[in-house]
Amino acid sequence: MTGPLGKDLLGLADLSAEQIRLILDTAVPFKEISERQIKKVPTLRGMTIVNLFFENSTRTRVSFEFAEKRLSADTVNVAASTSSVSKGETLVDTARNLEAMRIDMVVIRHPASGAPRFLAERIDSNVINAGDGTHEHPTQGLLDLLTLRDHLGDLAGRRICIVGDVLHSRVARSNIYGLQKLGAEVAVCGPRSLLPNAVHELGVQVFDRIEAAIEWAEALNVLRLQLERMQAGYIPSLREYNRVFGVTSARLERASRDLLILHPGPMNRGVEIDSDVADGPHSVILHQVTNGVAVRMAVLYLLAGGRPDLADAAKGGRA
Amino acid sequence: MPKPTTLLDARAIDRTLRRMADEIVELFGGTDDVVVVGIERRGVQLADRIVALIAKQEGVTVARGALDITLYRDDLQTVGPRPVVGRTQLPLTLDGKRVVIVDDVLYTGRTIRAALDELADFGRPARIALAVLVDRGGRELPIHADVVGRSVDVAPGQRVDVMLAEVDERDAVILADRDAA
Repeated sequence: MTGPLGKDLLGLADLSAEQIRLILDTAVPFKEISERQIKKVPTLRGMTIVNLFFENSTRTRVSFEFAEKRLSADTVNVAASTSSVSKGETLVDTARNLEAMRIDMVVIRHPASGAPRFLAERIDSNVINAGDGTHEHPTQGLLDLLTLRDHLGDLAGRRICIVGDVLHSRVARSNIYGLQKLGAEVAVCGPRSLLPNAVHELGVQVFDRIEAAIEWAEALNVLRLQLERMQAGYIPSLREYNRVFGVTSARLERASRDLLILHPGPMNRGVEIDSDVADGPHSVILHQVTNGVAVRMAVLYLLAGGRPDLADAAKGGRA
Repeated sequence: MPKPTTLLDARAIDRTLRRMADEIVELFGGTDDVVVVGIERRGVQLADRIVALIAKQEGVTVARGALDITLYRDDLQTVGPRPVVGRTQLPLTLDGKRVVIVDDVLYTGRTIRAALDELADFGRPARIALAVLVDRGGRELPIHADVVGRSVDVAPGQRVDVMLAEVDERDAVILADRDAA
C-alpha cells in the first residue's frame, strides 16, 4: 500500500535523489492548478487529512490546507492548545482516536524531534512531517529546492549557503540533506554558538564571516533568528547580530555577482535580513511561498493511493 | 503468439488525419470558436497535426490546448500515482467554445470521462466532440467518438500502440500482444 515515496514523509535524509527529483518534477504541473479560475482537481476526493499542529504555525498550516483542498481532500485542523492534548492525552492516543474516525493522512508539527516517526510507526495512516523540533522540516526543504531549481536550473555543483541559527534549525537540516543529494555544494554561516559542535560531520563548509559567504555563494538561505536565542545567551544582542551577520544590501552590493535570497519566514526585518534585501529584486521569498503549495500537493499526491491488491484487478481495465 | 500487425503506416496515418480534420470542420459547420484539445501524451501531437491540416485546408488557425487527465483519474486509490504528471494548457475560458477532444486510442472511455470532468473546470463549452485515431471497442462507459480514424475490434489480450514521429521517431499504429515488449 505504498507509493513511490513509501508510507510517510518524515525527512529528506530518508529520501533518495531520485525520490526528491520525482517530488520536484511532480510539483511543476501542480503550480498550474493554483493559477486556474477553479483552483481544484478531484484527485484526493474522499480522503480525509488531519492537520495536527502542536506548535504555532500560519504559513505551513495554511499552505498544507490549500494543498489538501486544491486536491479535494477533506481536512480537519487540530491545534494542540484547543484539543484534549491540553488535558494530558498522549500523542498516540490522540492519533488513534482520530484514526478510529477513519482518516487517511496526518500532517503533524511537533516541538519534539522524532515525534512524526514515533507516530508513523504506530498508525496506519500516512504521516507527513510538517516540522519536528530541531530535526527536519522536509516540505520546507523541498520548496526551497524547487525555488532554487526554478532560478538556477540543475543544482549539481551550485553553491548555496545557509545563514544563521543552524543549531536549532530543522529547515537548515532538511536543506542540507536535500541540497547534498542533488549534488549542490553547501555551506553554513553564523556565530559559532549557533552552529552545531559537529558541524563538519554534515559535510558543509563553514564561514565565520558573512562577507566571505556572500563572496562564495550563488544563493543565501537566511534563517529566522528566534528572539528567544538572545535571552538564552547564544548571542549578545539582536543589534550586534545584525551588525555582524545581517544580510544587508551594502554587503550584497560588494559581491561580484547577484545572489538569490531565500528566507523560510517569518522574517525578523532588521535582524537577520534587511527590508531592502527582503523586498529587493533578488529576493525569491514570495516565490518560495507559492512553490510551497505546489510541493505539498505533490507530496500528498505521491503518498496517496497505490494499493497493489486492487491494482491487478484494475489493470484489466486500463483506460 | 501472433506477430504484431501494422494497422496504419505513416502514409495511412497522414491520410486518415486529413479526413479527420475535414470531418471536424464539417461537424462544426466551420472553424468559428473551435478549440482542438489533445490529451497527453500522443493526443497532443495529433491535435497539433489536425490544427495544421485545418489551417492548410481552411486558411484558419484554430485554437488548441493540451489536457493531462492524470489528476482526474478514478484509479488513484487502486493503481497509485503516475510517475510524472503532465501539464494542462488551455485557453483561459472555454465558455461558448466548440471543443474537440483528440486522443490516440479510444478503449474503455475512462480517459474521456476524466477529460470531460477536467474541461468542465475551465468553463462551459457550447459543444464538446471527440475525435480519435483508433477506436478499439471495449467501452466501459456510455461514451462514443464523433470522428474516428480507424475502427478495429481488438481482443482484451491485445493492445494498440500508436507511435508518432514527434515522440517515437516514426509514424505507425501497431496491434500487438499485451505482454509483448
